[in-house]
Amino acid sequence: MYSLIQKRRFFFLSSATVLGAGILIMLFSTLTTGSPFRLSIDFVGGSIYEIAFTEGETSEADLRDVFAAFGDEHVIVQQLGDASERRWSLRSTIQRAAVSDEIIAGLDRLAPLDMDLLRTESVSATIGREVTQAAVVAVLVATLVVIAFIVLAFRQVPRALRYGVCAVVAMLHDVLIVASVMSLTGLLLGWEADALFLTALLTIVGFSIQDTIVLFDRIRENVPKYLGEPWETIVNRSILESIHRSLGTQLNAFFIMAAILLFGGETIRHFIFILFVGLLSGTYSSIFTAVPLLVAWEKGELTFPGNRTAGAEG
Amino acid sequence: MSPHFRWLLIIVLIAAFALRVSLPDGGDLVIDSNGDGVPEIALSVEQPLGLDLVGGLRVLLRADLPPEQFSAEDLGQTANNVARRIDALGVSEATIQVLPGSGRILVELPGVSDPEQAVRTIQQTALLEFVDFNGLGAQTQDFAGQRILTTAQLEIQEQRTQSLSDAAEGESEGPAQDALVNPLTRQPFTTVMTGAGLQAAVAGFDQMSAGNWLIQFELNEEGGAVFGPFTANSIGQPMAIVLDGVVLSAPIIQAELTSGGVITGDFSEEEARTLALQLRSGALPIPLSVESTAQVGATLGQESVSLSIRAGIIGVVTVLVFMLVYYRLPGLAADLALLVFIIINLALFRLIPVTLTLPAITGFLIGIGTAVDGNILIFERIKEELRVGKGVDEALNAGFDRAWTSIRDSNVSTIIICIILFLFGQTPGASIVSGFAVTLGLGLVLNLFTAVLVTRTFLHLFVALLRNSPRQSRWLPGV
Repeated sequence: MYSLIQKRRFFFLSSATVLGAGILIMLFSTLTTGSPFRLSIDFVGGSIYEIAFTEGETSEADLRDVFAAFGDEHVIVQQLGDASERRWSLRSTIQRAAVSDEIIAGLDRLAPLDMDLLRTESVSATIGREVTQAAVVAVLVATLVVIAFIVLAFRQVPRALRYGVCAVVAMLHDVLIVASVMSLTGLLLGWEADALFLTALLTIVGFSIQDTIVLFDRIRENVPKYLGEPWETIVNRSILESIHRSLGTQLNAFFIMAAILLFGGETIRHFIFILFVGLLSGTYSSIFTAVPLLVAWEKGELTFPGNRTAGAEG
Repeated sequence: MSPHFRWLLIIVLIAAFALRVSLPDGGDLVIDSNGDGVPEIALSVEQPLGLDLVGGLRVLLRADLPPEQFSAEDLGQTANNVARRIDALGVSEATIQVLPGSGRILVELPGVSDPEQAVRTIQQTALLEFVDFNGLGAQTQDFAGQRILTTAQLEIQEQRTQSLSDAAEGESEGPAQDALVNPLTRQPFTTVMTGAGLQAAVAGFDQMSAGNWLIQFELNEEGGAVFGPFTANSIGQPMAIVLDGVVLSAPIIQAELTSGGVITGDFSEEEARTLALQLRSGALPIPLSVESTAQVGATLGQESVSLSIRAGIIGVVTVLVFMLVYYRLPGLAADLALLVFIIINLALFRLIPVTLTLPAITGFLIGIGTAVDGNILIFERIKEELRVGKGVDEALNAGFDRAWTSIRDSNVSTIIICIILFLFGQTPGASIVSGFAVTLGLGLVLNLFTAVLVTRTFLHLFVALLRNSPRQSRWLPGV
């Protein structure tokens, strides 16, 4: 039988490398931009204008001038699609809705706008602060509830807490991976972390726990079934038995997400991409992080105060 | 075997009902069994769509006063007046929602053509006053366009503070600190009548000055009772017409006015129409400021709908084909279960109803992707049981039983997350999240029913049908 568990040091090391790189990226982003992610107006307030001109050639400088007239010298200008589509995305720190109207009027004077293709959003700093607070509360509550749920789900297993902690470590692994990817795309592609990013993050937490629970469930079931075998072998067997399921699930979720990425609208593309990264990481971490960690702990390779070197080793 | 047929009947009935509800042009569901013309069951099955799909405007307004200066009733009254103004704008299916805790009003206007005008119409307080300018003579002209302080403004101010017992002393701001008072008395100007005295108001073309518009108004009974005597006593004296504290015009009273009159003041046609509309719907008890707006062009919305439908169909068909190719007969059972899942889900969206937005559709599609997970867990279990040498029936039962705890525990963890996300989405600035949380959560709950019960029923029936076929082993996995 192929042994995944014996290679656990390799898996730990590769996870640590990736996560380390991710943390460095986030540190770099924090040092250069003041935040690990490029935060969207959902959190900091401001306004977005996605516009399409019906005719003429508009330069980036013209667009900037419109915003400069209202005191924003640092508007982020991005051309969307092909130049012939005359579509632009403009992100400004201007928060007052009344000014937004004047800006649209100003843009309309540059060249006529197609109002049917207009998408604007303006958010006050107050609302941004409230969303940020709610986001922090949501993350804290999710963390607590998830830990409580895992402990509850594994309450009949001896040392349920260990299962819980390992599942949470795997979950943090996924959260960090996704956060790093978000940080990187923010630096390289200008992607912004918005309320949907947080949604993706929490959904990934759910899926990550889901994957880990399925695996742990198998271990829980196999332990009494193969009493004579070493614990490590049982765990390894459990992983191999579950791998079909993991692949099957992964593929189906992949089909759906790929379809949305390729054929769906632009607005939620970032959201789906982040979800997809999280889903991959979730499957990886349950097999290559949560379970090997559990084995290492049960074998006493981790040194904590009060750690018992027991485990069910035959 | 009979329990499986019983379940099949139930599933078919539910699916048929759900299919009827979720048909695109099914119309409302009306059942009139005894034919007396009065339907026993009348269900509206309209699918509500979010603004990002139909296009339109969403405005979050906040009471522009310290929280201790207005009551929940004031806010409710303000929302009512806003609703009346929106009606007058001719926007159908608008929603106006009061968020009492934070002193906010959320307004959604699907398909509105001129968002800018809509916001202005909604937002303006529109406190109209007819103010006594007796004895000001030539000084009247100095007040044109100026902000003045009046007795009506002070009264409103006082009411606000009185209506709340715990009003903070000293914190109350006056209507406007820089407002002018009557130079003759050094006191605020006397308000004769407010917009509440008007019965009707319409915009009209000003015959006297070309290009200008005016507002013709009619007085109601109370208005006439006040305005008649006042004008009768003040013929030849100036009177100011004041909107939201600013003097619009200050005409000289020519005659006694008991039934109505006109308001002039350099209005453009649009301004006159907006003001007339605001006067008809009444002044807002609380001034409102715009806190956030989101606007989506109609074409963008339609594009999003068609792109989402296309992506959804491609994704679902791929999953269906994969399951069939990879798991064969059980895959067919899972596919049927998945179709039942989709139909029931769509029906629930209409019956609950769930407003579909782009994130909501995404949540639904991801729900489909994970719905299959339950089936895969079960099939892998069945394969194992078959490998151990169990009979088909026994393997089926064992597979379902063994997989159940896994499916339950794993779905519950994501359902919990959906609940947290839903609560997070109640924050006005993050409302986009709710749709995703609702559809994904609903899918996961429903999945507990379809993945297990429906697949199990179909699979048992297939096995029963193929029982004596020598080819059965070719159709079952892993044997």
